Amino acid sequence: MTSRPGLPGYPADDRPLTRAMRADGLPATIDDYIAAGGYEGLRRALEGLRPPEVTTMVTESGLRGRGGAGYSTGRKWSTMPLGADAPHPKYIVCNGDEMEPGSFKDRFLLERNPHLLLEGMLLAGFATESDEGYIFLRQQYDTAVVAIEHAIAEARERGYLGKDVLGSGFPFDIELHVSIGRYICGEASAMLNALESQRANPRARPPHMTGAGLFSRPTVVNNVETYMAVPGIVRHGPDWWKGLSVTDEGGTKIFGVAGRVARPGCVELPMGVPMRELIEVHAGGMLSGFALRAVSPGGASTSFVPAAQIDVPLGFSTMDEVKSRLGTGTLVLLDDQTCPVGMTLNMMQFFAQESCGWCTPCREGLQWMAALLEDIEYGRGEPGDTGVLAEGVWFMDSDKCFCDLAPGAMQPLESALRLFPDDFARHVAEGGCRYRRHGSDAPALRGTTW
Amino acid sequence: MSLSDEETRQLDAILGHYPDRRAAAATAMRIVQARRRWLSDEALADLGEYLGVTVAELDSIATFGNMVFRKPVGRHIVLVCDSFACWSLGYAELRAAVEAELGVGMGQTTEDGRFTLLPIVCLGACDRGPAMMVDDELHGPVAPADVAGILGGYA
Repeated sequence: MTSRPGLPGYPADDRPLTRAMRADGLPATIDDYIAAGGYEGLRRALEGLRPPEVTTMVTESGLRGRGGAGYSTGRKWSTMPLGADAPHPKYIVCNGDEMEPGSFKDRFLLERNPHLLLEGMLLAGFATESDEGYIFLRQQYDTAVVAIEHAIAEARERGYLGKDVLGSGFPFDIELHVSIGRYICGEASAMLNALESQRANPRARPPHMTGAGLFSRPTVVNNVETYMAVPGIVRHGPDWWKGLSVTDEGGTKIFGVAGRVARPGCVELPMGVPMRELIEVHAGGMLSGFALRAVSPGGASTSFVPAAQIDVPLGFSTMDEVKSRLGTGTLVLLDDQTCPVGMTLNMMQFFAQESCGWCTPCREGLQWMAALLEDIEYGRGEPGDTGVLAEGVWFMDSDKCFCDLAPGAMQPLESALRLFPDDFARHVAEGGCRYRRHGSDAPALRGTTW
Repeated sequence: MSLSDEETRQLDAILGHYPDRRAAAATAMRIVQARRRWLSDEALADLGEYLGVTVAELDSIATFGNMVFRKPVGRHIVLVCDSFACWSLGYAELRAAVEAELGVGMGQTTEDGRFTLLPIVCLGACDRGPAMMVDDELHGPVAPADVAGILGGYA
């Protein structure tokens, strides 16, 4: 499954996210993209649809944000002010920050299918009568940066971007912005601050971004994969999109598997595919000598799912049943030779390090929780420590923190305490860790600014 | 020191991407850093003058972003992914091999000024873990035995 586009056995039209991808792994050129039906959705919109009709199609498709939160894309777009009285410029922003540990789908899409993103953003711009788009990419996605820069140049040259898109009278252009770093930039409102060259602390809401976003103008922020879903919906209609999924949530999605499996990578599959099928069929199953213990299903801010529950379909509502979230849909596997306490510690150190420092529970609390976990992992834990951690999970509830970073950090911790109580107890009782892969092994650069 | 003609030309070219000069600050820092490797106090002063922004304001952004360097760095930046997927796939061994090969620890620069070794959060390459980057090139999965060969390719 080494990041192979599409899926044999499914009709071509059933893999809209990867259809235009080249077999050689290079980014699809504008000709590759057009040959695969690219920019047909845009043409259809420009030639025969009014802007609100595009938003209605997206709403009716049931498309939900692919960045992890799962909010209705059409509903978000429908709150953008339209018409002669609307303030301008209005912005379309693409969140390509992908820095949450365990997320690796946007890299695959950006490097291989850049024009699909441009078309999706163009359609968002058309639907909301916006003027300009920004693609926000993290700095380490250099290959994607080159692919996007090239695609933008191609699109401008062919008239898909510019003052008069395809001679329709619709003006829209897209700029690429490369981040100077930090995980919090992926929080949508913090991203707007980063784009404005402010410190990237999250913003208070309200106002909502569609009212006052980038440079205080109406702004839509969506994930890479969300925009990429739109061209197919406009080209083939909402019913087509709804028909692609196994469950009733609609569409396909990029799923991924990392860990001790035969074929780690990304693949496009119908929404609702069972987690087991993804791991055992598409990723080739566990490597010999390793057994599956649990799954981090969609980034470090999603709860672990125990191996006994991997028959769950991968969808927004179905993942609730196993007390987790779909998140980004890229699975990282916890095997039986890796310490669950150590893995949770690694996650908590990440969140503590990446707290922007704006609100106290996150800035102070995460450091203490990480220190307590470190004590347990290294044999300095005391019998009451897991109770203190559980209390911390309760305390960091979302109404006490300014944004979702700390509440997100609590999800793996809460699930680890719930699923692996014997491991925590044994670390305390035995004064250390007996796993082959254990400890935090974390770098220590705390307090150092580079 | 002031901005070179080439730096000014590159900066002028990106101003149009943003509605005002101030908003171009983060990208402007990336441009100057790409040429000078790191941003000295003088570099920030030059940029502040160009953008019409105080040095303190620029530093408030610079110290927030983990990829803005306010201290000298080597010719090549080595980033070893320390997030939980790579951690479970051999981060500790990879990091030890890189540190042994370079003779420096995290946050340090080799004596010959060739490499600076830094930690990095998830590189989005979990399916290729354990992963590392050297400058703009991703490597993964990297076995400890591969480290010398990879680093040897960077002069």
